Amino acid sequence: MDVRAEVVDILAGFSLFADLTTPELENLVDTFDEQMFSEGERVVRQGLSSASFYVILDGAATIRVDGKDRATLRPGDFFGEISCLLGEAPVADIVAQKQLRCLVLPGESLERFLVGHPRVLFRLLQGEARKVRTTTRWLT
Amino acid sequence: MAHLTDKPFPPGRYPLVVVGSGPGAMQLTYCLGRLGLDHAVLSADDAPGGMFRRWPIFQRMLSWTKPFANHEKATRAYERFDWNSLLSDDEQLRAIMPTVMDGTSYFPSRPEMEKGLATFAQRAGLRIRQSVRWESTRADGKDFVLTTSDGEYIAPAVVFAVGVAQPWRPNVLALEGVQQYGELRPAETYADRRIFIVGKQNSGFEIATGLLPWARQIVLASPSPTRLSVDTRSLVGVRARYVQPYEDWALAGGVVILDASIESVEKTGATYRVHTKSPTDSSTLVFEVDDVIAATGFVAPLRDLPQLGVSVFGQSRLPAQTPYWESATLPGVYFAGTLMQASLGLKRHGIPSNSGAVQGYRYNARVLARHLAESRFGVTLERPAVNAGDVVSLLLDEVTRGPEVWHQRSYLARVVKVGGDGMVDAGIEPLAHFVDDDSGPDAAAITLESNGRDDPYPAVYVRSKGSVKEYLLPPHPLLDFTGDQYRKELSDRLQPLLGSALTRSAS
Repeated sequence: MDVRAEVVDILAGFSLFADLTTPELENLVDTFDEQMFSEGERVVRQGLSSASFYVILDGAATIRVDGKDRATLRPGDFFGEISCLLGEAPVADIVAQKQLRCLVLPGESLERFLVGHPRVLFRLLQGEARKVRTTTRWLT
Repeated sequence: MAHLTDKPFPPGRYPLVVVGSGPGAMQLTYCLGRLGLDHAVLSADDAPGGMFRRWPIFQRMLSWTKPFANHEKATRAYERFDWNSLLSDDEQLRAIMPTVMDGTSYFPSRPEMEKGLATFAQRAGLRIRQSVRWESTRADGKDFVLTTSDGEYIAPAVVFAVGVAQPWRPNVLALEGVQQYGELRPAETYADRRIFIVGKQNSGFEIATGLLPWARQIVLASPSPTRLSVDTRSLVGVRARYVQPYEDWALAGGVVILDASIESVEKTGATYRVHTKSPTDSSTLVFEVDDVIAATGFVAPLRDLPQLGVSVFGQSRLPAQTPYWESATLPGVYFAGTLMQASLGLKRHGIPSNSGAVQGYRYNARVLARHLAESRFGVTLERPAVNAGDVVSLLLDEVTRGPEVWHQRSYLARVVKVGGDGMVDAGIEPLAHFVDDDSGPDAAAITLESNGRDDPYPAVYVRSKGSVKEYLLPPHPLLDFTGDQYRKELSDRLQPLLGSALTRSAS
């Protein structure tokens, strides 16, 4: 089974990568690692340094802050970028709700990847804007 | 009697079955035996040694053994410098590899590696039922039933140490005549030929290195740029042993290293036409070559385990695992040897463990054996008491000289815990288990960490009341973390833990 082709197909449906060509998506699959997390497993640990950038391929994850569940992430969602960009420890746990399949890029590699893919950077900024909007609504 | 010795473990019921006879299975069965745990070992091969009885294909290892180091060969500290010997607490079984090497290279030849493993098996008296093929698996209540060429084996727990050595190629290379790793002809038959290698990992560069003296031209292609281990300061990337084709390309010597996807491959008579496309500007190139070699990776030969419930991931179809190398989705199924690389650990800074290689998984095997003893056999292992005043020295000495944390950085850790009467030395644990064990006692773990840029440095994790805090100590150019600066900082970090232990000890 050609897993790379399958992942390329999945990624082609995500808005984050909507502007990439097939060879670019193949390159992305080679650049990112694939990781699997089982139900209840912590993907990101609040307070522990060394973040990575994650894109959910399949499954769902909980954002948990100080032990309290805050939101759910689903396929196409991404997380970890704030810690990567700021170089700070995550402020939340991300916990696999059920079996979770992700593409993962080490934090150290995110800047190079985004600078090399400006359209992904723009789409990521759109995602961040949505998060700020949601948070603002939640606060008000 | 000789026949009985040759064929131990007849079909039947066992508390535990290990499948495989490579170094991963050998290390595990040795450790299980030392703990007195009854188990059977089966292997399709006709002798121990696993893939090293055939590979690496160009007959020299990628991992070194230094015959001379600043430590005696029978010591734990020497294990840092000997990546290939299996582990033992018996002096006769330690550091076997330097005794079988001829001194021409600190990378053992493949035959030397095979001899070293065979020597260990013989001296340790390992009992393995060879030439029995695991054919299928089924669940029966709380047991697993393994159908083999010799009959059925029934056990509540099975460890698969079957390697990740089955070459895989994508559909675009599913073409008659395209060769894979393991299918190469003798190097001289590539004389004056144009060779296209798909894949720019170590296996691709190993093949290119081996064929450099023979090929007219070599092209290496895959979508992502080549990474070199000397740049990543880890085992991520092409190892220095195989960098010569890269230098040939960098100096425009004739080798072509291309970042491109393979669009199609056509056979045109005796030659091939390979069409490539750049991932950056979609430009295309066409290569007319005499040989196409797929160095596109390997998959785990797990047979029917995925159908039974073992979740797999990635191109290599590796089994998802807990920190103790148990299937994340099918309890009772464990993995050893290079399959342990799929228990990812924290993967800090994106750097994987060394569980895909002997120098990493040999330590995992010892941890797994102890875990199986306690979780499957009901054995309570001794954890010696340690004076609270000695903890700082113990941990700093471990991170300075301990081979487990050196070879398995940010993956295995030395752990001390607060016990009923003070501190206890809990030995080596998977770091991922430690940091996620919210219900565990107050404890501290130390490991060595690499970040891909700096010299390695100690990383300390302190668990107090279910919450884990991380402290990173500064690097030291000589990796000596026993000085006053480290003692003071670690003492400060451990004060809440040691204060509590001292109080318990005094009461």
